[in-house]
Amino acid sequence: MDADTADQPIIRIRGLHTRFGRQVVHEDLDLDVRRGEVIGVVGGSGTGKSVLLKEIIGLLEPAAGSIEVLGHDTGTLTTSGWEALRRRWGVLFQDGALFSSLTVAQNVQVPMREATDLPRPLMDELTRVKIGMVGLPHFACMRFPSQLSGGMRKRAGLARSLALDPELLFLDEPTAGLDPIGAAAFDDLIRGLQQSLGLTVVMITHDLDSLAAICDRIAVLVDRKVVVDTMEALMDMDHPWIRSYFHGPRGRAARRSHANVPH
Amino acid sequence: MSDAHAPPTLTAGRIPDASGADEGWLRLEGASAGAGEGAGTLRFGGEWTLATATELDRRSHAIDPQAVAAIDLSAITRMDTAGAWLIHRTVAELRAAGREIEANGLSTRFHSLFDEVGRTDRPEQLEESGPGWLEDLLYRIGEATFGLAREGRRLMSFYGMLLVKGGRLFVQPHRLRLTSLVHHLEQTGLYAVPIVGLLSFLIGIVLAYQGADQLRRFGAELLTVNLLGLSVLRELGALMTAIIVAGRSGSAFTAQIGTMKVNQEVDAMETMGLDPVDILVLPRILALMAALPLLTFLSDIIGIIGGGLMSWAVLDIPPDAFARQFREAVPIQHLWVGLIKAPVFAFIIGMVGCYEGLKVTGSAESVGAQTTRAVVEAIFLVIVVDAGFSILFSTIGI
Repeated sequence: MDADTADQPIIRIRGLHTRFGRQVVHEDLDLDVRRGEVIGVVGGSGTGKSVLLKEIIGLLEPAAGSIEVLGHDTGTLTTSGWEALRRRWGVLFQDGALFSSLTVAQNVQVPMREATDLPRPLMDELTRVKIGMVGLPHFACMRFPSQLSGGMRKRAGLARSLALDPELLFLDEPTAGLDPIGAAAFDDLIRGLQQSLGLTVVMITHDLDSLAAICDRIAVLVDRKVVVDTMEALMDMDHPWIRSYFHGPRGRAARRSHANVPH
Repeated sequence: MSDAHAPPTLTAGRIPDASGADEGWLRLEGASAGAGEGAGTLRFGGEWTLATATELDRRSHAIDPQAVAAIDLSAITRMDTAGAWLIHRTVAELRAAGREIEANGLSTRFHSLFDEVGRTDRPEQLEESGPGWLEDLLYRIGEATFGLAREGRRLMSFYGMLLVKGGRLFVQPHRLRLTSLVHHLEQTGLYAVPIVGLLSFLIGIVLAYQGADQLRRFGAELLTVNLLGLSVLRELGALMTAIIVAGRSGSAFTAQIGTMKVNQEVDAMETMGLDPVDILVLPRILALMAALPLLTFLSDIIGIIGGGLMSWAVLDIPPDAFARQFREAVPIQHLWVGLIKAPVFAFIIGMVGCYEGLKVTGSAESVGAQTTRAVVEAIFLVIVVDAGFSILFSTIGI
């Protein structure tokens, strides 16, 4: 790890504006993500969580503002700069977004084939490592995405997003659609991988259990801006949406069940 | 920096200073060359990451297991899963070669990753081993044959069900979805007018031009009118329109119903006690059966107009002479022969389109696959049935 960038934020957003026609989604939004943390992004429907994610990873262009990821200003990057940057992060889309015509193993190998010149046997070995790390059974390697359950597709998607050993991992609702046991296992998996790989994780989630269990800080999108703090600090805030979010029955239950878990 | 480019094996010397190295390296120390059963220490150091994995993979394969007595991982400065795997594999291979070796000195911050990667080391295949090519060929032929028979049987049972449910409409006319019927009539009929008209016009022109070119040699230019009238009215009008509509509306039926299947809308419909055949299939087929004869008639008219204009241009047959010759040479029955085929073609196109749509399963990918199938099958069946009609009409002498 470069010493000079170690304490700089891994993502730095300043003065971000997003508009769709007349609808203003983000207005003068600032956000810093620190290296090595797990940050959860929450907000009501239509507050632009997914839009924010897409802007960070360059699928959407903001109306104004600057986004710096891993020390590069994404607004001024050249095409080759983008390519290099995109290899340093992994993205897990909501339903895995696996290529449906490829098996799970081939899916995991897509980024490796594109970005590296690894010899074939090593690529196969690494694929096995990734698929094993996300806890997929070995028979899943040869399956097509349509032959897998939703939870397994997410794990396969995670394996693919980890294919190039990224520094930064974006997760879009990783536990949505999973049963509570599967969701808790996925949380553990992400936390475990994050700790052993030293990842920085940005996750959009509605799952209060995930937030309480694995997020170091939480970014709440309210009033077209973002409020970032630990869960405890957010609990004490006065904002009506934040209050009702964390103090609703679900919020209380999640906080209770994770009160004793040290992170 | 010199460490990075050090020879891969058999380097004697002091413990290297890894602080300046940014590439991963591995070397065998303390063993003399050719000693065989040696007492060397295999040292790993530098950055063991994906960036240098190819080179490290090559070097790790070049190690002679018999020369290694100990492993030292203390000089590793950075490690990701690729590096962890390479180290794990090297150690595992040395152990498999019979060396009782412990890997020592790995910095504690890499322990969890190293253990995590070690846990994934299970013998497993990434691809199923397939049968030989001859077996595979026979298997494919057999599968395709049985698939074709199975498909034919299913299509016939779908046909039977349509007849039953269509017949029920006569007894219970309130089951007919009138709004849907009108909507599809508009979609498949009205909106197809421009493309059908344009193509028919062009076909008429081509036919008249080619006919005139050949018949002129015999001085029988006027027979171009007969050729044009017969072929457009009997065959081309109905067939061209059916093929255009199969590509345009048959595929749309499959895509629409298939998308609803993927969305589970069809399941929702059934659980509400609504019959998808009544709601989705019958209005489409009935609308198409009404629209296709109209489109065929339009195609006939415009095709003949196109041919007539061409005759005027290249053969100098003025419109009134063309009309006179047309009335004499082409009796009205040829129009009926063409038009009577249109509802049958429409039924085939609609049936195949809806059937393939209902066969869509789960993925969005299968919508595309079924749509392609629907168009190919519909055009195939239309031409087969058209051939059947030709035989039938020539037998009964029309």
